[in-house]
Amino acid sequence: MSAATMTAPRAKPRADEGRIGLRANLRHIGALVRRNALQIKQDPESMFDALLMPVIFILLFVYVFGGAIAGKGNQQEYVQYLVPGMMAMMGMNIAMAVGSGVNEDFRKGVMDRFRTMPIARSSVLIAKIVVEVGRMLIATAILLGMGFLLGLEVKGGILPFLGAIALATAFGAALMWIFVLLGLALKTPQAVQGIAMLVLMPLQFGSSIFAPTQSMPGWLEGFTKVNPLSNLADAARALINGQGAVLHPTLITLGWAVAITAVTMPLAVAKFRKKT
Amino acid sequence: MTQQTKPTKGGNAVEVRGLVKHFGDVKAVDGVDLDVREGTVLGVLGPNGAGKTTLVRCLSTLLVPDAGSAFVAGYDVVRQPRALRRTIGLTGQYASVDEKLSGRENLYMIGRLLDLSRKDARRRADEMLERFSLTEAAKRPAAKYSGGMRRRLDLAASMIGQPAVLYLDEPTTGLDPRTRNEVWAEVQRMVRDGATVLLTTQYMEEAEQLASELTVIDRGRVIAEGQVDELKAKVGGRTLQIRPTEPGELDRMVGAIAQAGLDGISGATADRAEGVANVPIISDEQLTAVIAVLGQRGFALAGISTHLPSLDEVFLAITGQKTSEAGSPEDDPDQSDAEVSA
Repeated sequence: MSAATMTAPRAKPRADEGRIGLRANLRHIGALVRRNALQIKQDPESMFDALLMPVIFILLFVYVFGGAIAGKGNQQEYVQYLVPGMMAMMGMNIAMAVGSGVNEDFRKGVMDRFRTMPIARSSVLIAKIVVEVGRMLIATAILLGMGFLLGLEVKGGILPFLGAIALATAFGAALMWIFVLLGLALKTPQAVQGIAMLVLMPLQFGSSIFAPTQSMPGWLEGFTKVNPLSNLADAARALINGQGAVLHPTLITLGWAVAITAVTMPLAVAKFRKKT
Repeated sequence: MTQQTKPTKGGNAVEVRGLVKHFGDVKAVDGVDLDVREGTVLGVLGPNGAGKTTLVRCLSTLLVPDAGSAFVAGYDVVRQPRALRRTIGLTGQYASVDEKLSGRENLYMIGRLLDLSRKDARRRADEMLERFSLTEAAKRPAAKYSGGMRRRLDLAASMIGQPAVLYLDEPTTGLDPRTRNEVWAEVQRMVRDGATVLLTTQYMEEAEQLASELTVIDRGRVIAEGQVDELKAKVGGRTLQIRPTEPGELDRMVGAIAQAGLDGISGATADRAEGVANVPIISDEQLTAVIAVLGQRGFALAGISTHLPSLDEVFLAITGQKTSEAGSPEDDPDQSDAEVSA
């Protein structure tokens, strides 16, 4: 090897060379959203959690537990309590699927291709979140549709109603980043599912989603007060039913959403970058 | 039609110096130097676990090397990964396409990710499907493709952006001979179009078909390099196998070849178990001469064939020992990258 080759001039290492502009970035995210959407089309069973879960849960709770919780014959009242609360659950359930989905995706060769292409690595993750938010909105629509069938009434007006949906969606999207991180950090989709269940069960049931918390022992009631799912459920309930404090639970929920996103999103993107 | 690279003064599209990548105690790549000249194919020959895949993953920004330097198309793999990704294409041993998407959707998606307009991405996808004989299967999900079709789709995906430098990591491992020939023809076509290719393989035959230069690696180190012809001469070129009609004639036949004193022919041996004589040859002239001698002496022949040296024979000739794979089958960093680094 001659000295000339060894000292051959290189392309000047400009910092911005190859940097991806905003428009290109959006185009890449669009192409990847399309990919995720086509995957669902190819594998419709993957939508079962979004489509059936709300139906099953709402029927289960209204008819099995509803009488016991709200008193026999008071199912109507319970629908008004349960359905807004369950909006807090939708994000949680969909977010769980994101974790195992990301994990599974990573075992496939196509990730190697994405990571050798001139695209921002975050775009792969953002596209996933966009599609999952879409799935969450579908699940929420089905939940509310079921609610209306069972007599749910929007008492607080249309704007607060939409506000409740927006709040639940924002919180759900934030949760998804936690699961993206878990999906990247854990070895198998099963491990992701296992850990998710472990965290989900106490958070869901130790909240005001299904039943008022006054009957719970003091320590548990204390827990439900800080549980973001309770706050989201309370906020959605207040917004849809037009009664009860709105501002306090809304702010706490938004605070959680911002904090979770601010911590887990950069961690997830960094993890994705380093993953080999 | 292929992008222009920015070659170094020496005309190298790929320059690797002292590249090191360890996974814990496993020295997957342990100080590799290599050059790929602009517009040529370099074959990287080595057994399983030699570090071929790790090398390719370092050069395609999937792994960050521990030490050494590597420039591809003039870009530093560590400091300019984003610019570098615009100039490379990678086809791995395991097809890197989305199995749930159809062939056309896969190619369209990659076109869009490479900033083609919708129209151009569609046009280019159809072009590539046509070129890789996948038009009929265009609408089927890749999961339903045969192994060979998936590999072709993978190659097509790597070619959408007309990369200046293409890495082919064992592109024909596990393919049947017919599909293998198709892949080879496609690679040759890419090179004619001006692409620079770094090809890893376990097969001498593949290296000979596609590469002009060869680097032989074992246990993460380069153990030989040079023109394919040079290396072939070093390892004895081909083996001519002759099967006499009458197996009893075998020893007499080997003796006759030795006595004939043909130029450059020595070391003809009889393989009694197979009933064939093995004669190492380097040129076609030698082949003709050997057969002519046997004809003159009146031997009746049932079959003639020539064989390229196997990877084992190459290693034996270069290092005096068998490939490391046979000695330590579990020492296989190529296969365990994911586990080691997860």
